[in-house]
Amino acid sequence: MTVPVKQHLIDPEICIRCYTCEMNCPIEAITHNDDNVVVDFDKCNYCMACIPVCPTGSIDEWRVVKTPYTVEEQFEFDELPGQEEFEAGASEEQTGLEALDGEMAKLLAEAHSGAGGKAKAPASAGKASINLHNLGNPAVMTVQGNYRLTDDPSHDVRHIILDAGSLPFPILEGQSIGIIPPGKDDNGNPNLPRLYSISSPRDGERPNYNNLSLTVKRETDGICSNFICDLEKGEEVKVTGPFGSTFLMPSDPNAKIMMICTGTGSAPFRGFTMRRQRTNPEAATPMTLIFGARTPQALPYFGPLNKVPENQLLKHMVFSRQEGQPKRYVQDELRDMVEEVAALLQDENAYIYICGLCGMEEGVDAAMTTIAESFGQQWHAIRDRMREDGRFHVETY
Amino acid sequence: MLDLVNVEYDTLIPNNVNLSKDKRVQKALEKWHPGYINWWNDLIPQDFQNSLVYLRTAVSVDPKGWAKFDYVKMPEYRWGILLAPEVEDRTIPCGEHYGEKAWQEVPGEYRAMLQRLIVIQGDTEPGSVEQQRFLGKTAPSLYDMRNLFQVNVEEGRHLWAMVYLLQKYFGRNGREEADDLLIRSSGSEEAPRMLGAFNEETPDWLSFFMFTYFTDRDGKMQLESLAQSGFDPLSRTCRFMLTEEAHHMFVGETGVGRVIERTCQVMNENGITDPYDINKIRSLGVIDLPTIQKKLNMHYSLSLDLFGQEVSTNAANAFNSGIKGRYMEHRLDDDHKLGDATYPVTQLEDDKIVLKDMPALTAINMRLRDDYRRDASGGVGRWNKMMAKMGVEFEMKLPHEAFNRDIGVFAKKPFDPEGTLLGETEFNEKSKDWLPTSSDADFITSLMVPCVEPGKYAGWIAPPKVGIDNKPGDFEYVKLHIA
Repeated sequence: MTVPVKQHLIDPEICIRCYTCEMNCPIEAITHNDDNVVVDFDKCNYCMACIPVCPTGSIDEWRVVKTPYTVEEQFEFDELPGQEEFEAGASEEQTGLEALDGEMAKLLAEAHSGAGGKAKAPASAGKASINLHNLGNPAVMTVQGNYRLTDDPSHDVRHIILDAGSLPFPILEGQSIGIIPPGKDDNGNPNLPRLYSISSPRDGERPNYNNLSLTVKRETDGICSNFICDLEKGEEVKVTGPFGSTFLMPSDPNAKIMMICTGTGSAPFRGFTMRRQRTNPEAATPMTLIFGARTPQALPYFGPLNKVPENQLLKHMVFSRQEGQPKRYVQDELRDMVEEVAALLQDENAYIYICGLCGMEEGVDAAMTTIAESFGQQWHAIRDRMREDGRFHVETY
Repeated sequence: MLDLVNVEYDTLIPNNVNLSKDKRVQKALEKWHPGYINWWNDLIPQDFQNSLVYLRTAVSVDPKGWAKFDYVKMPEYRWGILLAPEVEDRTIPCGEHYGEKAWQEVPGEYRAMLQRLIVIQGDTEPGSVEQQRFLGKTAPSLYDMRNLFQVNVEEGRHLWAMVYLLQKYFGRNGREEADDLLIRSSGSEEAPRMLGAFNEETPDWLSFFMFTYFTDRDGKMQLESLAQSGFDPLSRTCRFMLTEEAHHMFVGETGVGRVIERTCQVMNENGITDPYDINKIRSLGVIDLPTIQKKLNMHYSLSLDLFGQEVSTNAANAFNSGIKGRYMEHRLDDDHKLGDATYPVTQLEDDKIVLKDMPALTAINMRLRDDYRRDASGGVGRWNKMMAKMGVEFEMKLPHEAFNRDIGVFAKKPFDPEGTLLGETEFNEKSKDWLPTSSDADFITSLMVPCVEPGKYAGWIAPPKVGIDNKPGDFEYVKLHIA
């Protein structure tokens, strides 16, 4: 059986053949002939160095394919081929694929690009199912609850519970689902799904119920976030997925897990924490959470989080707009925790996860660089090794 | 540890060359800085200076950090000195010093030649900003206005790059040359810019797109050759500039493409199949394809002149001394010295165009021009594909290299765009079909009315397929300052 793979392509109708991507590719995976600039599937390692340097946006195209297009086939492209259809529920245990859907694969590739290379799942992680449901065959879930989590008028963050009924929808903590907002886009096409991290553990928001939860912030003008935040109990929602097969937690109860997040980036970590709590928490090594928000009122799950005992979760909450207090960000907290973090960076059983707004990984990167220097090492070398081991994960949007 | 990737923002002048440790150059640059700001402030109309423009600024020169987008007022743009990272053990890639260690200091015997090349390159950068200074007022959309300003601030940064080299490596002479770069001015009677193509005003947006497509592409080819220089600081400077230059190519190719697309669209909507039905097409408020071809003819032929004489001992010397390489030198498979090699050069013999094998060393300009022609024909092919796809029977064509030339063997000879030599009278009669006339210019100018509502485009140009930084169609690329 052929296993589907994710392939990086360039849109020949948008590309202007400036070859900047080719010059910036550190491993010469990009080449061209007189017609097209193309990515060699056998060489590309998804380092994403070519993405920001492209002046046109043509570089950021992804397809999930059974057989990758060869360099010669790509030279012949007049336009980009469409995404091939897959049987719903194809499993991808061997490939480490994130999604069998070009658009979702692209979103996840971008979200994970802050890790500086191809993401890998922890060795002991459960095997994720993906793409059980796609655009043509979405799962219909019923809203079981919609709760406001924050007490800050400018930060309306919601906890949404969706029930899958009798539909099989197996998930792992850290995976995402697509929500299809109703209506059409500016070009008159039906709206495409938006990706949201699941914030509940694998056995359900309520243990052994076939339901899951999302943590969604209302964005001004956000088509999908407004749709979700306005959902009422009993309404039905079309869902695709699940997606994602690398941002997963290790099953090993002694794994030392450090989770760094801001805002709704806490969603997967709620899932991680609940999973630990439901599986023999006393025997496990406590996990560490570093959580940044503007104020305690704007920090989702502030109340419930405080109730998680310290022998299960070490909590570091930092606030950037608390009255009478200096502004603090997650990277400031990391710097203050230098000894603890340094020990983690040198521990073969340590896992680091970063989740939140796009750009937050840069602050963390800078702090980690300083911390690594404190024991005479290069952060990027440590990071690359951890990532290769499936022990360093970034998901930022 | 010395950090050569991330940019120092703590000084007045952002840089990744550790400027704060080099007081002499830092002082020289800080002295030059007010003159530069004055030049910029005098140049760009005041309302735009106060507007917030969604620009990209480099925060580091590695691929991850060089394209950070944010709103900024142009005078507050962080112009800085950014060099591509040093390649360890880089060697001189061409000429008689081939394989020797690349120079980190100016080699004494080549000082004058290097300085001249840097001054010429530096002179073009502010020149093009001067040429385009009034275009903001007639921008067909906020998207295009942003692109114009991005091109402008980056040309400004390229001037900085050249000024840094002059001040760091060429002593007092270099400082004087750096000052002169702000004194010369495009189209000035007393002190014009050094190259002819940079002394013509860019009167309208089609000209701007043609300029960025054809003339900036000459700049790209020159930068590609200088990026091969054995003088490592020049090579590193140019390598980083090339990444920015790609955006300028993009503005040109998609700009011309969008003008053509809009014309074809309007022709189709109105059932016009004859692209030469010029009056009817113009009456619908779009630029007819034959006029676009005329603009292409002019900009392409002017740009060819920038490559200089086909056979040139100056070019030979620059190559042989390892100061300037060929396009993609590192990918060429020869001895990189060209001792006995030959290269076919177009020559004029008894008014006939012939190809003659000449020593490859003296034919460096010709070779670069050939590379340029190949590079420039790519976009033309893509425009043609688009027209075919839209069902419009018309093909854009690069004119023959002998057409409308002022420099080189074809200078002032009345060749037609096919490369046939005509009599003076015949040429003058027909040239209105090949080159834009003043009435063509008047028509294009009549279309240049600003369109500044987010997401809206003037009627003569199609919207882009993809937004900058993946922004949605109605993104407000420029927040205009309303006085």
